[in-house]
Amino acid sequence: MDLETYQSTLARLLTTAWLLPLCGFVIEIFAGWWSNRRSKAAAYLAVFCIATGFVCSLTALLYWGEKTEWAAFAGHAAGHGEAGAEHAAGAHDGAHANAAHHAAAGAAAHATPAYPLAVSGTHYVLVQFGRLRVAIDYYIDSLTLAMFTMVTLIASLIHVFAIGYMGDELTDDHEDHEVHTSHGHLHRPGRYYRFFAYLSLFSFSMLGLVLAGNVFLVFVFWELVGICSYFLIGFYTERRSACLAANKAFIMNRVGDFGFLIGLMILWTWFGTFQFAERTEDGQTTPGLFQMLRTPEGEILRLNTQSGQRVVLVDSHGDPLLDPTTREPKTVPYLLLVAAGMGIFAGCIGKSAQFPLQTWLPDAMEGPTPVSALVHSATMVAAGVYLTGRFYPMFMPEVLLAIAYVGCITLFLAATIAVVATDIKRVLAYSTISQLGYMMLGLGVGAWGAGLFHLITHAFFKSLMFLCSGAVIYGCHHVQEMPRMGGLRRKMPITAYTMLVGVIAICGLAIPWPTVFGEKIAFSGYHSKDAIVAAALTFAQLNPKHILLFLLPLVGAGITAFYMFRLWFYTFAGTPRDEHVYEHAHEAPAVMWIPLVVLSLFAAFCAVGGEEGPLFKLLLNSEPAGVAAGRESAVPGGISIPGHAAVAANHVAAGVDALIVAGLGAFLAYVFYGVRWLNPAEVKNQFAGLHRFLIEKWRFDELYDVMFTRPVHIIARWCTWIDRTVFDGLLHAAARLALDVARWDRKFDEGVVDGLVNKVGDLTFATGRSFRVIQTGRLRQYVMFIVVGVIVIGVAGILFVTQLRAG
Amino acid sequence: MPAVELDVYLFVAAVLFVCGAVCMATKRNAIGVLMGVELVLNGANLNFVAFARYTALGLDGQVIALFVIVLAAAEAAVALAIALSFYNNHLTIDVDRGNELHG
Repeated sequence: MDLETYQSTLARLLTTAWLLPLCGFVIEIFAGWWSNRRSKAAAYLAVFCIATGFVCSLTALLYWGEKTEWAAFAGHAAGHGEAGAEHAAGAHDGAHANAAHHAAAGAAAHATPAYPLAVSGTHYVLVQFGRLRVAIDYYIDSLTLAMFTMVTLIASLIHVFAIGYMGDELTDDHEDHEVHTSHGHLHRPGRYYRFFAYLSLFSFSMLGLVLAGNVFLVFVFWELVGICSYFLIGFYTERRSACLAANKAFIMNRVGDFGFLIGLMILWTWFGTFQFAERTEDGQTTPGLFQMLRTPEGEILRLNTQSGQRVVLVDSHGDPLLDPTTREPKTVPYLLLVAAGMGIFAGCIGKSAQFPLQTWLPDAMEGPTPVSALVHSATMVAAGVYLTGRFYPMFMPEVLLAIAYVGCITLFLAATIAVVATDIKRVLAYSTISQLGYMMLGLGVGAWGAGLFHLITHAFFKSLMFLCSGAVIYGCHHVQEMPRMGGLRRKMPITAYTMLVGVIAICGLAIPWPTVFGEKIAFSGYHSKDAIVAAALTFAQLNPKHILLFLLPLVGAGITAFYMFRLWFYTFAGTPRDEHVYEHAHEAPAVMWIPLVVLSLFAAFCAVGGEEGPLFKLLLNSEPAGVAAGRESAVPGGISIPGHAAVAANHVAAGVDALIVAGLGAFLAYVFYGVRWLNPAEVKNQFAGLHRFLIEKWRFDELYDVMFTRPVHIIARWCTWIDRTVFDGLLHAAARLALDVARWDRKFDEGVVDGLVNKVGDLTFATGRSFRVIQTGRLRQYVMFIVVGVIVIGVAGILFVTQLRAG
Repeated sequence: MPAVELDVYLFVAAVLFVCGAVCMATKRNAIGVLMGVELVLNGANLNFVAFARYTALGLDGQVIALFVIVLAAAEAAVALAIALSFYNNHLTIDVDRGNELHG
């Protein structure tokens, strides 16, 4: 058994996939600067890096599956439970493995795999300050592998698509038609290489976030993802709207990250480690974050004390951890755990554009369309959902309820706005927010697997739809308004029908029977959304108070179907509304439509088999302990979380409900926009107030303007006033005083001190001048003086002596 | 032969001295001035020699007189050189013309 090889192979493959885009970024940014602006080299390099990354990820996934004898895919959907991480010793280089092997409840239905399903280790220790250890750790389980493969695949296709889409940047003199200067449109050098460098950096950051084995590293990459999105949203930096959108995205994320930081501080203070997994160093084992909080069965050990409820920390075997000095069990206040969970979830809210921080995402459409595709499917917004999934064991039931409600509100709110949006990219943006709401809802109601399942399926069909919209925008020469399109399917059939695949996938339409090869005829979205709706229904049954958590997603499914088909009919069906646009529209080149076809295949079939299929089982493999069993509330009126069995029982009912609603929505869209039995304009006039409200995005921008921006401006004006009048006044008075003192001092100095010195000088000078006349320069006169002098001295001497004598 | 009294010497010396001083003060010719200087010096010498009689050895004054003679010779050498130089600069040896050092 060669555990070390197994572990290091996995780590090396994924690390290569992770670091290649970084190398690409460095080379592109420097070489791009030196080479000319018409070179496609940067694009090819970026594609090479990310595609090689995909190959590495896929190899890692296959290797992992092969070594673990496909244990993750073996049929044990029921009675699924994760045993405590068994430590596999024997690694000498500081790396170590955690065996999270499966033990079927009751009976040993299958042998324990020789190789652990999750591995973790350390690449490099950055710093070690006492207990604070900051290291580049990795943590690889099936979720990491699935995310890696998905991210690299989608990113590769988007990179390829961007080769064509960004073609107009391949010039020394790019004309930006959106920017008006005093000399007409703005002219600037093309930024082709820079775009690909940013894409590479973006991929690197996202892969790093997924691979990271501790919270600190997650935070680092979290911020890197943020800054990359800032660069890319503001790619057309000369456009004011793009600058504002980039700033908005960045600042909104800071609001969430503030919560994240607070969560991190609480974790560090009470747990003393950032590590996800157990770590053994010098024979001493430090349990990982999640192990400490829950027993191997996923239970939280609560303890009621006088100072409120506390949670006992446990080691990987479920035994309480003892404080080394007092020998008392270590405990954490329950409220603080809720606060930490809320804080970390606040970070996820910002990154995944959930209510109330959702307003940045539609504005992020200012970036080039491939960026929108990347941001909206595989990277930025996926990071929030991914982290919520990773931190699942950390979240207390109250936090989970908050997550569910946030997701529920978001999905409904965004879906309603999408109905009235007319910009093709904005419809997709709101649809993204709405779908992210579904994922959060899924996670919140305890359907861990369903939430992340939807994350992956959504990544495929949403990136597909964004690329399709990119192809439409490219084909229509940068027209984005749907009212100017129509009938485009005749001009761009490939785009239209791949888009239709995406639309059907996101709506969750399917033909449940008859089955083909034992499978329902359904695209990926049907499976994942069904799973979430089923979990929501079960949750609502267990907690009747929270019936809204089922009703809103159900209505949302209908609205989703409506606005997605509205988009498709608006754009591709019917008759052309703008002859000029239609005349010039054309199908995208092969470099752009091939990624569409590939993505449409994945969007259709990636979830094949639904919850019995390989993708779901792969994800379920990383499910935290205790999720499968569910959790009955101990106190009446508390929050119960459904287990897998309860959800499975409701599956058919929820699926039928969702399907009927989605079908209704699609039919309604057909009535309005397909055959036009009803005129949407009349309905719009009927509900003019509601329409306005939705067009203004529920007035959130205005609300935040009134709540935050304007108060800040008022306070700023106040501060300016105080600064200008009080502080500046004081300063000016002090300056004036100093000036007066200086002036007086100058007078004294010039009058008295200098005067005295000058007087002495003048006196000396005058004396010298008066003596000057004696100095005639005549020799004979001098002789006379000498003689007279001698006589005078002689006479005086004689007189003096005689006087003395006489005296 | 009756001894000549001291006051005679002193008288002669005084006459010489005064003649020299007057010569120095009145002559415009540089050579004349030098001559006056010689007279003054020799007047002083006569005093030294006369007073030498009243000292213990009777030699002190005479030795000093010899020194003064030597000094006068050196002085004459320097002064004549000055006079030559003066002539080179002014084309005359009238000392009244050399008043560049006036204040």
